Amino acid sequence: MDTMRERFVSVTSQLLDEDPRLALVLAEITMDGFRPARERHPDRVLNVGIREQLLIGVGGGLALTGMRPIMHTFASFLVERPFEQVKLDFGHQGTGGVLVSAAASYDWPAGGFTHMAPGDVALLDTLDGWTVHVPGHPDEAEALLRHAYAAGDDKVYVRLSALSNGAPRPVDGLRMETVREGRSGVVVAVGPMLDGVLAATEGLDVAVLYAATVRPFDGAALRAAAGRAAADVVLVEPYLAGTSAGAAAEALVDVPHRVLGLGVGRAELRRYGTVEEHTAAHGLDARSLRERITAFLR
Amino acid sequence: MSHATADPGVRHEDLGRLMALMTGAEKHGPAATSTLDVLWVLYDRVLRVAPETAADPGRDRFLLSKGHGPMAYYAVLAAKGFFPVDWLRGFGSYDSPLGHHPDRVLVPGVEIASGSLGHGLPLAVGSALGLQAQGLADPAVWVLIGDAELDEGSNHEAIAYAGSAGLERLHTVVIDNDSATHGWPGGIASRFEAAGWSAVTVDGRDHEALYAAFTAPHPGRPHAVVAQVEKKA
Repeated sequence: MDTMRERFVSVTSQLLDEDPRLALVLAEITMDGFRPARERHPDRVLNVGIREQLLIGVGGGLALTGMRPIMHTFASFLVERPFEQVKLDFGHQGTGGVLVSAAASYDWPAGGFTHMAPGDVALLDTLDGWTVHVPGHPDEAEALLRHAYAAGDDKVYVRLSALSNGAPRPVDGLRMETVREGRSGVVVAVGPMLDGVLAATEGLDVAVLYAATVRPFDGAALRAAAGRAAADVVLVEPYLAGTSAGAAAEALVDVPHRVLGLGVGRAELRRYGTVEEHTAAHGLDARSLRERITAFLR
Repeated sequence: MSHATADPGVRHEDLGRLMALMTGAEKHGPAATSTLDVLWVLYDRVLRVAPETAADPGRDRFLLSKGHGPMAYYAVLAAKGFFPVDWLRGFGSYDSPLGHHPDRVLVPGVEIASGSLGHGLPLAVGSALGLQAQGLADPAVWVLIGDAELDEGSNHEAIAYAGSAGLERLHTVVIDNDSATHGWPGGIASRFEAAGWSAVTVDGRDHEALYAAFTAPHPGRPHAVVAQVEKKA
């Protein structure tokens, strides 16, 4: 199975052939994978060098001329470093585009904190109108990338990761899916967290919802699930813990409820090692999740 | 395509009257007037855009990156008929589309919403690339920045890349009123030239010199015009 990032290369290269409105902007990262596409479309596959402010600004300029820009690099250099460009060169201009990141929260633990972006979704959450897709499998990544490219002039962030579930779920770019019914609480698993959540809640009487699209937040699905079960909600997100707690509270504003936000911790671990070690360190492995979920629902 | 001559009755001498209609903190400040002659020559004689072509894909684009002190810009746009002269009176008020930084969503003829420095040149680079990718080889893209705005590193990302990419339809006007605290030893034009641009430095109050600089050929390269005006008081 290819990775989400490899799928991004193949799907985007194919769609560049089919849709003349699409243009890809890179800042060196993943350039090798796009060389064949650049040979076919030198005017629409652009590499600006290691210049992330320009990466977003060029995307903004492409959008001003009516094109659909796709901008890509690691999450920390795509959302965090040029954040004001994201804020002003799209939303403030009244234009849209697609941000596609790689490396996520801790895909490359040996690379250290400079290459980790657990805060990317929370940061984008300060802006109006960004759709946020967090695929949990390369097939979902493909579906959501296609959805994002075809989404008119919407502002869309697609957060790719090396973490993946074993099997894809059907995703429509909008709604959460009920994966398991249960009565004593609702666990929302986001993207690559699903397999761990399913393992952690095995044998527990809890509902499990799956979200590969977190903004806009599918509050209706959460309300419905909380109506069928106890309104005790656990969010398990592969980025900063609690990022969607406000959205969940808003969805349940008319219902007495409790929310536990699990995800990547705020504190720097200052550790290298493996993805599995970081998942465990943030309490997101199946065993830790089970302990924290059962303690909360007790 | 027609030149921007919506109201041939309005002359350069009338702009002062239009600017006087605007009230507010920056009334006749140097930042408001440093751009006046450059803007007039561009809109009167160079840019191929008019109110009736303001949404035409083939129009020339003018991006005001240095968004502060926009009164001269608004006066020129009103003079050329992009919006009613009456709008100028409300400058900066809650119900006015004319803020102390321009907003493309609110003002006809305004190509970008600006105010935060260092955004216009990268957006202009993207615009030039977008036009090129759509086979629109004719429209020119112009961006106006200030010499102090050039402090922002984002400009240098754009200057280096645009020079390397040989974006011939890209033009930058730098209004140089010597307002950058640390200056530009060796000159502003040299920054562009080193990156492969065509660059010329002229008197920013001399209309004929500006016109000549704006229309100088620059095959295969982007073009920068450094327009020197009196030092900011």
